[in-house]
Amino acid sequence: MAEVLLEVQDLKKHYPVTRGLLQKTIGTVKAVDGVSFQIERGRTLSLVGESGAGKTTAAKAILLLEQPTAGSILFEGKDICRLPPARLKTEYRPKVQAVQQNPWSSMNPRMRVRDIIAEPLEVNTRWKKKQIDSRVEELLQQVGLMPEWAERYPHEFSGGQGQRIAVARALALNPALIVLDEPVSALDVSIRAQIMNLLKDLQDLYNLSYLVIAHDLATVRFLSHSVAIMYLGRIVEYGEGEELCTNPLHPYTRALISASAMTAQNMEEDNGARIILGGEMPSPVNPPCGCHFHPRCPAATDRCAVEAPAPKLYGTHYVACHLCE
Amino acid sequence: MMQNRAKTVLEVEGLRTSFFTRKGEVKAVDGISFYVREGETLGLVGESGCGKTVTGLSLLRLLPEPAGRILDGKILLDGIDLLALSKKEMRAVRGKVISMILQDPMTSLNPVYTVGEQIAEPVRQQQGLRGEKAREAVIAALRLLHIPSPEVRLRDYPFQLSGGMRQRVVGAIAMSCNPRLLIADEPTTALDATIQAQYLALFKEVQRKTNVAIIFITHDFGVVARMCHRVAVMYAGKIVETAPTEVIFRQPWHPYTAALINSVPRLDRKVERLYSIKGQPPSLINLPPGCRFCPRCPKAREICREREPEARQVGSEHFVFCWQVS
Repeated sequence: MAEVLLEVQDLKKHYPVTRGLLQKTIGTVKAVDGVSFQIERGRTLSLVGESGAGKTTAAKAILLLEQPTAGSILFEGKDICRLPPARLKTEYRPKVQAVQQNPWSSMNPRMRVRDIIAEPLEVNTRWKKKQIDSRVEELLQQVGLMPEWAERYPHEFSGGQGQRIAVARALALNPALIVLDEPVSALDVSIRAQIMNLLKDLQDLYNLSYLVIAHDLATVRFLSHSVAIMYLGRIVEYGEGEELCTNPLHPYTRALISASAMTAQNMEEDNGARIILGGEMPSPVNPPCGCHFHPRCPAATDRCAVEAPAPKLYGTHYVACHLCE
Repeated sequence: MMQNRAKTVLEVEGLRTSFFTRKGEVKAVDGISFYVREGETLGLVGESGCGKTVTGLSLLRLLPEPAGRILDGKILLDGIDLLALSKKEMRAVRGKVISMILQDPMTSLNPVYTVGEQIAEPVRQQQGLRGEKAREAVIAALRLLHIPSPEVRLRDYPFQLSGGMRQRVVGAIAMSCNPRLLIADEPTTALDATIQAQYLALFKEVQRKTNVAIIFITHDFGVVARMCHRVAVMYAGKIVETAPTEVIFRQPWHPYTAALINSVPRLDRKVERLYSIKGQPPSLINLPPGCRFCPRCPKAREICREREPEARQVGSEHFVFCWQVS
């Protein structure tokens, strides 16, 4: 087992719902409600779920763009929620970088590519201009772009190239962990394959850890070592990626796999093997009691409506479901 | 096969659509031919910029004018050439005989009207129904798309509905006049995985009930596998291969089709590296001579760079545009 780089314990992020002039609190949105996982050095963990599942909120909490309501985030053994800001700036922020879904909204259109990639270096190091220039050149080559393109503006690039620039910027400070929020979902099919291969190559080269936020299980299976499936702020199934995709135990995971892209069964039309869930994900302001998934679960029992299942270890992965007992 | 005996609803022959810009002529659709039968779904697959959406807009003659123009070809709907119709006659076709669903329901619905009013618009315009009759037609359309308690929902505004429900409302508008042909332009791309599965199953049911012909524009082969009877793969404004769905997955002939299918990550098997196509699609202003795919094709030969390949039949309803096949 490799060294644990990031450990998240019982992370919670609640937002108050307010109304009226006095901003009276009338409820809370439990966007992330008690989530625990860990990422080892050089490995990839994916958080999978539909919109509103809380995966992006969890990622924001890890990037400390949101202050968690409760729980702890241990990075290299230190609890980053309790580090003073000065130490955060040297010990945490440069080591954790992010790549967003849409390269166009994460890059300033009026900055040249060179300045975009150099910005983290200018903020965090005291390098001379020459040093920075040669680092930018090196980074561009690493992500498969021409060094002479450094003088161009973001709009001169295609979507796939834009995402490569975003990856180059994330790599600039030699981080240990990169948070990738839907890194390929805005890209075309053939370009997606290029970016996913690039991410894998960079991981092997630099022993990087990735936290991938995604909704597409097929993408996730290709990229990740372990997978956590989220539903309404909680993790319903968590384990080694291969095992989880081939032997899913939670009914929601099964439905997601069934709904996901090309599988062999797809070709035999809907011969009853396909699980199509009814309904939609309920509002997180007023989540169902007991197991959050029970109103949509094809196999729910009376117990599921009352008692929230605790995650338990089955074989090699954790499942939060009464039916697996 | 049953389907082969079904009547052809739409037949497109040699359609060419270009945009005239300051930089030159953009050949968005460059001589494509296809057909769709009653009760059949044709998948139009390709990457962004290959001309899928422009094909859909050309069928409805909704291109942004004056830049976009249909230069050549025939669009026969039940034998009538849509390109020969006057503007007024064409207006009677839209929404009634051919309707379209767009990708993002939030931009295709009007935020300041209730969904009932928006479904009633085509019902009043195209079918001339008023009052109680129009209301009934609206409720019937909502029922067809399985929107729960339609009598209440029709008073809702789009922002009060979830993404999946909004897209169902768009579907109800499209189906409200019982069209012969439905063009669905990436209708599920903005939806979540489980909601997408619901929507696709729903559309299969709607098709069984109404026998509508569907052109399903998508870039997702998973959706194709689930929805479509036949597929046409487009590349840089041309159709490169067309075949029944189960055939194209088992035996794709065109190198581009094969590459597209191989570059999609699979859930049912683990791969170490994804196949990726080198380079990028050509600019539609400055197309390479010969086959458009040849600069990226691993099997390109001398002839590919010189002459454009013609259609070759390699199986029942299976056509390929590639020199490899001859």
